[in-house]
Amino acid sequence: MEKFVSVENIDMSFKTRQGAFIALKDINLSIGEGEFVTLIGHSGCGKSTLLNLVAGLLVQTAGVLICAGREISGPGPDRGVVFQNHSLLPWLTCAENIYLAVERVFGATESKAQLKARTLKALDLVQLGHAADKRPNEISGGMKQRVGIARALSIEPKVLLLDEPFGALDALTRAHLQDELLKIVAKTGSTVLMVTHDVDEAVLLSDRIVMMTNGPSATIGDIVNVDLERPRDRLALVNDSRYHHLRGRVLEFLYQKQLRAAA
Amino acid sequence: MSAAILSHEKFAAAPPAGSAVTAPAVAPSPAGMAPAGDAPPLRRHTPLVEKYGDDIAAFFRAAIPMVFGLGIFVVVWAVLSAHSTLPGPLKTWHSAVGVFSDPFYRKGPNDQGIGWNILMSLGRVGIGFGMAAVIGIPLGFMIGRFKFLSGMMAPIISLLRPVSPLAWLPIGLLVFKAANPAAIWVIFISSIWPMIVNTAVGVREVPQDYLNVAKVLNLSEWKVFTRILFPASLPFVLTGIRLSIGVAWLVIVAAEMLTGGVGIGFWVWDEWNNLNVEHIIIAIFTVGIVGLLLEQSLMLVARRFEYR
Repeated sequence: MEKFVSVENIDMSFKTRQGAFIALKDINLSIGEGEFVTLIGHSGCGKSTLLNLVAGLLVQTAGVLICAGREISGPGPDRGVVFQNHSLLPWLTCAENIYLAVERVFGATESKAQLKARTLKALDLVQLGHAADKRPNEISGGMKQRVGIARALSIEPKVLLLDEPFGALDALTRAHLQDELLKIVAKTGSTVLMVTHDVDEAVLLSDRIVMMTNGPSATIGDIVNVDLERPRDRLALVNDSRYHHLRGRVLEFLYQKQLRAAA
Repeated sequence: MSAAILSHEKFAAAPPAGSAVTAPAVAPSPAGMAPAGDAPPLRRHTPLVEKYGDDIAAFFRAAIPMVFGLGIFVVVWAVLSAHSTLPGPLKTWHSAVGVFSDPFYRKGPNDQGIGWNILMSLGRVGIGFGMAAVIGIPLGFMIGRFKFLSGMMAPIISLLRPVSPLAWLPIGLLVFKAANPAAIWVIFISSIWPMIVNTAVGVREVPQDYLNVAKVLNLSEWKVFTRILFPASLPFVLTGIRLSIGVAWLVIVAAEMLTGGVGIGFWVWDEWNNLNVEHIIIAIFTVGIVGLLLEQSLMLVARRFEYR
């Protein structure tokens, strides 16, 4: 598969009072177009830092980041980001939240009616057309996260970046949204980089699972190819031995090779 | 009969809506009404009571302590006045009826109705406070947004903010060479600080999540301001406005005492010179009530902009 997102020899260190803290060391990763890659690791391993680097919210200490043939020099609408805590603006309705993004990206070339149509299309994609005029505090946590996903997808990004998008949700809502995300990605063919700490989520959704070692100086420990055919069905996978084997490999990495002494 | 109905209302209102059906079974007996436990008393519950019962109960729960507090205040006042030259509540009340029965008379520049005095004071507060808002709020936004400006303004603000409002009066008299603009100047300079400081804090406290949204979308500075910074810091701005108008109203009495003209502060001083103490007490209550109304109306506005 051709390289679409490329992370080359990335180092990342933060200045602290005790001197430089090396969060990431020598990260190399390439993601093909239409590929779904998850980053998994114990908390504090720098997986969110890596995602923020790709998003352009942080600037690397050394190395090169490339997205669709261009070097990443800052945040931009070619990468849609879904944050862990939805980050919807509470004073705007769901539709207005999405419209803000759509207007920024397509406002120069399209009419207001077209922009509105894009907004509604994005809401329909996550089955929230009925909540268009609701404020974020009037809908459930799962719905907010869906609006967040709709906002990220509405700008037709080249890459979708998901930072533990379902981390704050209850297990049932999370499962429901995972299924929806699978359907959406199958429909849009998006390239996705997702951070998670949920092993089942990683195996269910990804083409590849990137497992990170513990920080400081975290790096990529191992990569698991998830060769389960799509569309995937969560119930069918329960009895699939390949699923359990993959799950076992990730668990083994996390709890045998990278077990935290202090955790 | 009316007492029975009242106790009925209150009883039905106390428990939550779900248990309202069981309430009438017990309610009539303490009120000395029809036999308890039967179905008929249930019918006497009008829909109005069921609809507004909770509101009525909440109103009484809030009002009773207030009435007690004010009652004690009046009693203490009456006792104190009986043993001193201070006019008592009744005497003040009669005087107040007289003052407020003709609030808008005009008998020369130094003898006008209390309505004119209040309006003149409110006018000065409005102009001084309005100019402070027009300058203070945008300045606060810029201080919150730009670190350099914040560093620049911090020493000036910390130096000037604690200065007593009336210390500014001579400067105003010197510059404007007239009493009225000097009073407005004092209002302006003493009410600008809460708005600058609160607005700046509000902008600085905008959650990083919202700013990250702006960053990943690459929003223009104008959109960042109108869609994120302004709405996110609006509750802080309104707090600043509320504090400012409180300060302005506090300061006006003192400023007018010194500058003269028509106004509630000057009126207090004038009545002191006339040794009309009832009028001074009326003025104190008037200032308090107008201040309360200003504060409450701004609270009402602020509540409209709460998002959480």
